Amino acid sequence: MDRREFVKTIAALPLALSLPAFGRAPGASYQQLLVLIELKGGNDGLNTLVPYADENYYALRPRLAIARGEVLQLDERSGLHPALKPLLPLWQSGELALIQGIGYPAPNLSHFRSIEIWDTASKSDQYLDEGWLARTFRQTPAPREFAADGVVVGGHDLGPLAGSAARVIALASTERFLRQARLATPAEHATNAALRHIVRVERDIVQAAARFDAGHAFQTAFPRTAFGTSVRTASQVIAGRAGVAAVKLSLGSFDTHSNQAGTHARLLQTLADGMTALKQALVELGRWDDTLIMTYAEFGRRPRQNASGGTDHGTASVHFLAGGRVNGGLYGAPPALDQLDGSGNLPFAVDFRSLYATVLERWWGIDSYGPLQGRFRPLDVIRV
Amino acid sequence: MRAQRIGDAEWLGSWLIAIRATCRASPRARAAGRFGQLALLAIGMLVLAAASAQPALPMGPAEARHLLLRTSFCASLSETRALAALTRDEAVEWLLDGARTAPSTQPDPELDRWTPRSQVRAMNPQDRRAWQRHTIQQGQALRVWWFDEMLATPSPFTERMTLFWHNHFVSSLRKVRPTRLMYRQNLLLRQYALGSFRDMLHAVARDPAMIQYLDNASNRKDRPNENFAREVMELFTLGEGNYSEHDVKEAARAFTGWGIDGETGEFRFRPAFHDTGMKSILGREGAFGGGEVLEILLAQPQTAQTIARKLWREFVSPDPDPAEVRRLADVFRRSDYDIRALMRALLTSDAFFADANRATLVKSPVELLVGTLRQFRFDVGDVYPFVVVSRQLGQDLMAPPNVKGWPGGEAWIDAGTLLARKQILERLFRDGERVRTPVATAPIAMRASATAAVSAAPAAGGANAMTARTPTRFQKALQSVRFDPAHWASQLDRDSRDEIEAAVLPARALHRVTSAPDRLALLRQLVLDPVYQLK
Repeated sequence: MDRREFVKTIAALPLALSLPAFGRAPGASYQQLLVLIELKGGNDGLNTLVPYADENYYALRPRLAIARGEVLQLDERSGLHPALKPLLPLWQSGELALIQGIGYPAPNLSHFRSIEIWDTASKSDQYLDEGWLARTFRQTPAPREFAADGVVVGGHDLGPLAGSAARVIALASTERFLRQARLATPAEHATNAALRHIVRVERDIVQAAARFDAGHAFQTAFPRTAFGTSVRTASQVIAGRAGVAAVKLSLGSFDTHSNQAGTHARLLQTLADGMTALKQALVELGRWDDTLIMTYAEFGRRPRQNASGGTDHGTASVHFLAGGRVNGGLYGAPPALDQLDGSGNLPFAVDFRSLYATVLERWWGIDSYGPLQGRFRPLDVIRV
Repeated sequence: MRAQRIGDAEWLGSWLIAIRATCRASPRARAAGRFGQLALLAIGMLVLAAASAQPALPMGPAEARHLLLRTSFCASLSETRALAALTRDEAVEWLLDGARTAPSTQPDPELDRWTPRSQVRAMNPQDRRAWQRHTIQQGQALRVWWFDEMLATPSPFTERMTLFWHNHFVSSLRKVRPTRLMYRQNLLLRQYALGSFRDMLHAVARDPAMIQYLDNASNRKDRPNENFAREVMELFTLGEGNYSEHDVKEAARAFTGWGIDGETGEFRFRPAFHDTGMKSILGREGAFGGGEVLEILLAQPQTAQTIARKLWREFVSPDPDPAEVRRLADVFRRSDYDIRALMRALLTSDAFFADANRATLVKSPVELLVGTLRQFRFDVGDVYPFVVVSRQLGQDLMAPPNVKGWPGGEAWIDAGTLLARKQILERLFRDGERVRTPVATAPIAMRASATAAVSAAPAAGGANAMTARTPTRFQKALQSVRFDPAHWASQLDRDSRDEIEAAVLPARALHRVTSAPDRLALLRQLVLDPVYQLK
């Protein structure tokens, strides 16, 4: 009996609903919410967390470097881009961690291939069809009373949630999803595997629609940007009492090949405002202490600026972890600008799958070996 | 007298050829011509069956529908009726006979224009950005052209095969930006779609789009690039596990110097970059060039099996029968890789028509959209909205996600894509009086195009330009899509609920059709049934 059949069987038994043992997937604490923010296109890590004390940085980027005086200094050599000022309170309260030098061996510089590697947690030369979260939920599903395993807000790209095993809902707004969900009706019998799959997905839609609460009134003022709208939708989803284990948002495009300075500052400002609003909404819901926010992207940008005032595809980059139980600070290794590879890109210090291992082991309490198909060391970034 | 010659199979053949020769009109007229010709053929076959000593068994409407739905996007009422009177062999022969080697419509010549590299280099940054934006728009025009061809062609089977090969010999506009290269690859795949796999493999290896997509342009003897050599073995011929890393390295050396001429956009062999040394590949040694490597791959029995297995998954069922795959691979090899012979064996097999294999495959987004539009004879002016929706449903034509192509099958369906499928179907079969500004669909268009622009455009300006213009064209085009349910139903033998259900669904509906006030409401319920997603 596969897990969905199990769910179906249980759902047919009203008595089973009252059995407490069924309420929780064994060993996984999915009451701890994961919010992923994809920085689409590849964020420029060097201008996000600026190595302002490194003269190589200024030599490589005569036009693009953030002046030392403008950097929001976090320690004696690194500081945030000034547009990230809204995140300073998070940093000061010790709830913001920055992981430096995240990448993987034999990096691929194509957007599509590299994000696929990130989404599926594959090796550089390995093609996997299933996202790392989908694999996680296949092996350790979220409790059946949850509205869904995962929700993707504002796009149909399921990314790490792609794969037929997970209960995943993609929506742009909860209201529109509830309207559309009228088109789905669960059926009872299906004669072959393909039809069974479609019927399962319909059932997932109907279940999620029945459990979402589109009506929560927030005090939080959400930014009036597309990303702000996504943050509001995500907050609505999280407000529903049924629960979800993971929510994915995205922001872009960070693919700043030309005239980067203004575009990048606007994007970082949008990100910082959105994360701040998300924190406020989560505090309002009483969920801030059991939420982990994590950014990711296919790659960073090349250290040397290009001739169009932008940066080309790079490798290692910096990412954010935030939440009420995050142990704030700088992790990983600062960019080794004196050790660029043949294409002028940075070596990595932390394998991206260590981030995933942190989520799986330290946040959800799941053995990460199965989902990641290997051992990666989690970061000590969660307060116990 | 004709009657005297009935029963003479040769006569039937020459009759067919004669009729076909007269159909050289415009694509749409030709399509109509092919219907008429099919009807004549059907009558001919009935008479033939009646007069012949050994009557051929007509396959009947259920098998005809199955064959058409699997091979031609949909089972239109007229073609179903005509094919029902033929035997399986005759019907498959008819499909194969109608196959084309060239498209029936011509794209804007601009799509075939090449901008010489020297010209691009000479552009100032502003002109170059404008040129890049233009190129991305051209890419969209190329997708629109192909989608249109799928709707207009008198041989949808040709386009299904071309689509199959597009997902086998993958290249993508996301990496190969110049539309001319992707357009020409599309022509190449169609030219060989039912021809010689040997010739197709050789042509693909020299195809500039493929050379760029798999980086053979930078494969030189001093710094070999293994991308093409690896994929030609893993995905195009042998399959994983049937070659070694050593074979990949050696084969890569054989393809060194195969590149593109930047001034003409044509294939160019650069002897100075070619490694002329000895290579050892799959147990054979020699100073091989690329062409010889391809012959070595074709000599391996796994190649025919890879193709037979993949075609099985595309046309028969998700689970290939190993014995049947071996038999089909054998047919393929013995015919010297004649794709037509392989398809004939596949489509006339008992497995293809087996009850257990009916309605077991998920329609791809393109099949769902083209099939629906063709089946109900929608009047479509600008197909642009369907190109956008197809991408939103996970199938961005001319841009498969990676070199492995679209995984297909159940992967087509998740909560987002299933709702989006139902939404576009609901929109197409919405009651005429209730047609309003498609508010609900507009944001999809913007989202989808924004995503595409993000992914395709290094220039941020491209994204803004597209987002601003998209909803208008999307909405206008979608609003002008027309369909006449009464006219469609007038082709039915009996305008009954059961008859309509059998014509629309590949198996019985999962949901009992509740009281449908009219034919359109009935059709809407049927296309929203989960079974409609299957073929």
